[in-house]
Amino acid sequence: MKLRTQLCAALSALALSAAMAEAAPLKIGMITTLSGGGAGLGVDSRDGFMLAIKQAANPDVSVIIEDDTQKPDIAVQIADKMIQSDGVDVLTGIVWSNLAMAVVPNAVRQGKFYVSTNAGPSALAGKGCHENYFNAAYQNDNLHEGAGAYAKSAGYKKTFILAPNYPAGKDSLTGFKRYYGGDLAGEVYTQLGQTDYAAEIAQIRASGADSVFFFLPGGMGIAFLKQWSQSGVDLPLMGPAFSFDQTILGAVGDAALGVKNTSEWSKDIDNPANKAFVESFQAEYGRLPSLYAAQSFDAAQLILSAAAKADVKDAAAFREALRAADFPSVRGDFRFDKNQHPIQDIYVREVVKEGDVLTNKIVGVAIEDRSSAYVDECQM
Amino acid sequence: MSLILFIEQILNGLQFGVMLFLMAAGLTLVFGVMGLINLAHGSLYMVGAFACAAVAAATGSFWLGLVASLAAAAAAGVVVEVTVIRRLYRRDHLDQVLATFALILVFSEGVRWLFGSFPLYLDPPAMLSGAVELPGGILYPAYRLAIIVAGLIVAALLFLLIGRTRLGVRIRAGESDREMIAALGVDIDRLYTMVFALGAALAGFAGAMVGAIQSVQVGMGEPVLILAFVVIVIGGVGSIKGALLGALLVGLTDTLGRFLLPLAFEAVTDPASAKAMGAALASMAIYVLMAAVLVFRPTGLFGARA
Repeated sequence: MKLRTQLCAALSALALSAAMAEAAPLKIGMITTLSGGGAGLGVDSRDGFMLAIKQAANPDVSVIIEDDTQKPDIAVQIADKMIQSDGVDVLTGIVWSNLAMAVVPNAVRQGKFYVSTNAGPSALAGKGCHENYFNAAYQNDNLHEGAGAYAKSAGYKKTFILAPNYPAGKDSLTGFKRYYGGDLAGEVYTQLGQTDYAAEIAQIRASGADSVFFFLPGGMGIAFLKQWSQSGVDLPLMGPAFSFDQTILGAVGDAALGVKNTSEWSKDIDNPANKAFVESFQAEYGRLPSLYAAQSFDAAQLILSAAAKADVKDAAAFREALRAADFPSVRGDFRFDKNQHPIQDIYVREVVKEGDVLTNKIVGVAIEDRSSAYVDECQM
Repeated sequence: MSLILFIEQILNGLQFGVMLFLMAAGLTLVFGVMGLINLAHGSLYMVGAFACAAVAAATGSFWLGLVASLAAAAAAGVVVEVTVIRRLYRRDHLDQVLATFALILVFSEGVRWLFGSFPLYLDPPAMLSGAVELPGGILYPAYRLAIIVAGLIVAALLFLLIGRTRLGVRIRAGESDREMIAALGVDIDRLYTMVFALGAALAGFAGAMVGAIQSVQVGMGEPVLILAFVVIVIGGVGSIKGALLGALLVGLTDTLGRFLLPLAFEAVTDPASAKAMGAALASMAIYVLMAAVLVFRPTGLFGARA
C-alpha cells in the first residue's frame, strides 16, 4: 500500500514536470561548420551562441548543434532532419552564404524561423526576403560599403581593388564602388582558394595605386597579407573585417598592423552589454571573441527575447517579438529594417597590438545607420 | 605594361613552379615506383607546415621548424605506409583512392584536434624577410628567391639520388619490374617504406617552406594536391625530370595567364567583361595546358608507361 502511494506520488511528480516543460518549449537547431578548414568560424559562432543560452539558463530552451562540414548538400540534409524528426522551431548558425541559400528558403517555406548569425546574401535581403527570415548579422554588402565610404573620406583617389571570382567577391567590389566614387587603379578578380598572390602584388606595384582594398576571406587573406608584407610595397591597405578578425589575426602576425578594416562590431564598442559579453566570453573560453561570436551571441539573445514574450507555436506573435528586437545588443543600437536585416553603424577599425595580442581598435564610423541596398526590393 | 613588370611576373611564375615541384616530386615518386595514387599527400604537406609552425613558435627558430617538418612528415609517412598503404599496393586504384581519401579526413581532424580550429602563425626567418633589389631595379621578396634556390637544390639532389646512388638504382628497378627486383633479393617492403618516407618528407618540406608565406590551416593541402596531380600528369608519371618541367610550365602558365589574359581581352572588349572573362579563362589555363599536352603526348612529356 505504502509502495503504491509512493509510486503514485513519483508518477504524478514526473507528469507535473513534463507538463511544466511543455509550458513554452523552444527547440533551436544550429547548423554550423565545425570541421575542416572553415571550422574556426563555426566554432566561434557556436561558442558565442551557447554563451548567451547558458547565461539565460532558460530550461524551456534547448539547442541541438550539428556540423555542416561547409558543404551545402550536408547542410540541407541536416536541416531536413532537424525539421522533420527533431521538430525544431528555429534554425540558425550557418556561416557561408552558399549554404544559407541552400537551406533558408526551404526552411522558412515550411513555416520554420531562420535567424542568421552571419551569412547575408543579397538574394534574401531583396526579392527573396521572407517574413520568417531574420538576419542578426548584416547584409553581405555592408562592410564593403563601409570600406568604400572610408576610402572616400580618407581622400584616396586611385584605389586598387581585388576579390575572388565568385558571387560574394563580385558583391564585395560592387559594394565598395557604391560608396567610393573615386578612380580605380585596377580591379582584379582572383581565383577562389588562390594561395599565391605574387602576380597580383606585382600588378598593384606597377599600377601607381595610392591604396588597396581587398576582400579575401579565410586562408586567402592570410596568404595575401603575409606575401604583401614581404613584397616591399608600402601602400595603405583596407578591407572588410573578415581578414582581420580575432580568429585570423594570430596567424597573420605583425603584417596586419595598422590595416584599416570595417566591421559592425568591435570588442571596444563602449556599452555595458558588450563589456559583459567580452569579459564573459574570455572567462568561459580563454580567448578573445570574434565578429562571428558577437553576431551569434546577439542572434541567441534575439531568439531568447522573443521566446520570453511569445510562444513559438503562435508564429505571428513570435514573429512580432523577433521584429521588435528587444534585447541589449553588443552593438548598442540595433533595429530591423522592413526586410528584417539590421540597421546599424559600420565602424572603421585599425589593427593594433595590445601587449602581445593583435586586435582591433575603433578609429571612426564609416556609415551611420546603414540598412541594405536591397531593402526596397523586398515586398513583405 | 612595362618590361620590369613582365620580368617580375616571369620570376613569380618560376617561383610558383618550383613550389609546385617540391610538392609534385614526392607524389610522382610514390606514384611511379609503387603505382599508388596517394590523395593523402596533401595531408603530409599540412603535417609539415603544422610541425614547422609549432616548433618555430616554441623555439623561435624557423630553421629548427624546418627540420621538424621533415622529421614529422617522414615519420607520419612511415606510420601511414606500414599501417595502411602497404595493404593497398595489390588493390586497384579505386580502393587506393578511397583509403587515402579516408586518410585525408583522419589527418584533417587529427591536426584540428591537436592544434585547434584556428590558423597557425608562421613567418619567414628574419634574415629572409623583406624585399631585395635585383639588377634592373626589380624589387623581389627575398624569401621567394630562397624558395627558388631551395627547390632547385632539392631537384639536383633528387637527380643525383635517382641517377647516381644504389638506392636510386633500386628505385628505378622497382619502377620497371617489382617482381624481378624482389627475386634478386632486395627487401621490397623496406624499399617502399623508404620511398614513401622520402616522398612524405618532400611534401612536409614543401609545406613548411610554403606555409611561411601562406596560411597554415587545416585543409591547406588539398588545393595544392590538385595542382600537383596536374603537374605529374603533364610531366609523365614517375619522372622527376617531368615533374620539374611540368611544374615550371604550370607555374608560368598560371601566373602569366592571370596577368596577361585580362589585358588581352581588354584589346577586344570593354574593361568590365574583359576582367571577368580574363579571370575565368585564367583559372582554366592550366587544365587547357594539360589537355593539350595529353593530346600530343598521352603519357605526359616524360612518361614511360603507356
